[in-house]
Amino acid sequence: MSDLNGTRQLLQGNEAIVHGALAAGCRFFAGYPITPASEIAEQFSLLLPAYDGTFIQMEDEIASMGAVIGSSLAGVKAMTATSGPGFSLMQENLGFACCAEVPCVITNVMRGGPSTGLPTSPAQGDVQMARWGTHGDHPIIVLAVSSVMDSFTITVKAFNLSEKYRVPVIILSDEVVAHTRECVELPPTKDIRVIDRIKPSVPPEWFTPYEGDARGVPPMASFGDGYRHHVTGLIHDKRGFPTQNSDEIEAFHLRLSQKITRGFPEIQMTREFFLDDAQVFVIAYGSVARSALSAVQEARKSGIKAGLLQLITLFPFPRGTVSPLLNQCRAVLVPEMNMGQISREVQRVNQTDCQVVKHNRIDGQSITPTEIYKHLVKL
Amino acid sequence: MHVPAQELRKKYLRHDKKFPHVWCPGCGNGIVMGSLLRAISNLKLSKDEVVMASGIGCSGRMPTYLDFNTLHTTHGRALTFATGIKLAKPSLTVMAIMGDGDSTAIGGNHFIHAARRNLNLTAFIINNSIYGMTGGQYSPTTPFGSYSTTSVYGHVEHAFSIAELAVTAGASFVARTTVYHADLMDKLLEQAIVKRGFAVVEIISNCHVQYGRRNKLGGAVEMITGFRDNAVTVGKAAKMSEEELEGKTTIGVLADREMPISIEEYAKIRKRAQEEKK
Repeated sequence: MSDLNGTRQLLQGNEAIVHGALAAGCRFFAGYPITPASEIAEQFSLLLPAYDGTFIQMEDEIASMGAVIGSSLAGVKAMTATSGPGFSLMQENLGFACCAEVPCVITNVMRGGPSTGLPTSPAQGDVQMARWGTHGDHPIIVLAVSSVMDSFTITVKAFNLSEKYRVPVIILSDEVVAHTRECVELPPTKDIRVIDRIKPSVPPEWFTPYEGDARGVPPMASFGDGYRHHVTGLIHDKRGFPTQNSDEIEAFHLRLSQKITRGFPEIQMTREFFLDDAQVFVIAYGSVARSALSAVQEARKSGIKAGLLQLITLFPFPRGTVSPLLNQCRAVLVPEMNMGQISREVQRVNQTDCQVVKHNRIDGQSITPTEIYKHLVKL
Repeated sequence: MHVPAQELRKKYLRHDKKFPHVWCPGCGNGIVMGSLLRAISNLKLSKDEVVMASGIGCSGRMPTYLDFNTLHTTHGRALTFATGIKLAKPSLTVMAIMGDGDSTAIGGNHFIHAARRNLNLTAFIINNSIYGMTGGQYSPTTPFGSYSTTSVYGHVEHAFSIAELAVTAGASFVARTTVYHADLMDKLLEQAIVKRGFAVVEIISNCHVQYGRRNKLGGAVEMITGFRDNAVTVGKAAKMSEEELEGKTTIGVLADREMPISIEEYAKIRKRAQEEKK
């Protein structure tokens, strides 16, 4: 367990992700240097040996993702961290992890894109890529962190969800959160809930590696546990072997999708501020959510019934929480450091006459409370 | 030690699950698989301790048929997955089986870095000079001037020598054989599996369907006997001139060296860090 648990610390967002991962039981990190995520690799390199874990710097992000999956298959919780260009390279093996249902966590500290883009400026341009970056229909969970404390607690949650649902979990941070230093009270170890994947309880000869339990999630054996089985990125049957049978192919896709759908109440995390009597509200995530909270507090002082819905889970999109608020309010503001990637989702689920207003910054600057306030008074 | 083929098949193949296989009649992959099973049997490795990873292509299907912990990864990436497995659970015997395009085109970067990194991993590369599964396109080992579905006017690029590449990149053990030299292959695979550090065996194989046919090299028998006629042992090759070696295949052990290997060095760091923590 993390030595810092239960203590007060001055940490950077990137460092807090490392401590969250260690607290969640992560003992393997593979990565490739990239700004603004490199501190995560550096901290893991420093700390993992003492935890009997392994750090390795691979030749690129494709290899990093491969090594992370390998470690998880051998039973050791693993993660990697990168930024946009590296995240692009990871999409190939990320799809493998979705297909073969290998738990793993990927942090993307977002910077301005496309291509090499703006290496040291904040952005939120990788939101839709986190959901749809790898090819084919696939399940995935995408979480966003807004503070140093979030970077710790949400990382623990990311590992827990990944282990519980056997699905890759993406943590989206941004340059502002990653490099901000804040004083945080890390919870004591006894208060940190850690979930591990369920292992098979049947004898090896009865083991069917891809037969879902009641939740649709198959128990997972590690390589070397005595449950010899086959793992492939080809669409496979319950035994894990490639199949061309259309019934089996459909059953595979439906189970992968439904295991996440069944977990919606637990997976879709949001934070609500001043929403009970709100007439207008803001939907925000990442560092922007903090500017939004300031702006909403100011608006309340000016007599505007404003609220904030902070999204922790971006995907699966928390429609169940968003829809009733769209019904309740006359307008919603969606500020983002991109051209409008979550506002698309809001518009998609909006079946009322609630007005969806976008506020976008794509100039490498973060969004200030004043900007959001100015919008709120006009809604 | 001779174990009857029937026993090997019964012990190591997923005979009741995954057959028939996808390989064409006469394919060298079956010879390699047989040799691999003899090596594993001779070394008395427990099936639970063996991990076999592969990439994409005809060679990539081999683990599917074998009753070990098997992993069929993405194209060219077998060694990256194998690296994660080995580091996470060093007690496992981890092998990667790859093709020529798989290991030296799309996976070329991973291959040279695996050799440089020198973990306790074993890589078997079946080199048939072509992309067979996708229909006979040229690979990094397709010889200059030869024909494929993407070099219909004759190939204008020069081929990689995979084993020599591995030697230069720093692998602890490098050997080459052909599917004709099955006895030698048995011995080399055994040596490679037990070797401390990264071990590579390049196995020259025949794709008479996609390569031999287009280059008038005959069927499986003609191609495999061609390997016999073209092979020169490492010892003999040392006494031959460059001109005499033109077009020949050097077989045997090309490198066998001892050096500090990363996984053992990292274990020392881990031990030290844990002692300091106390």
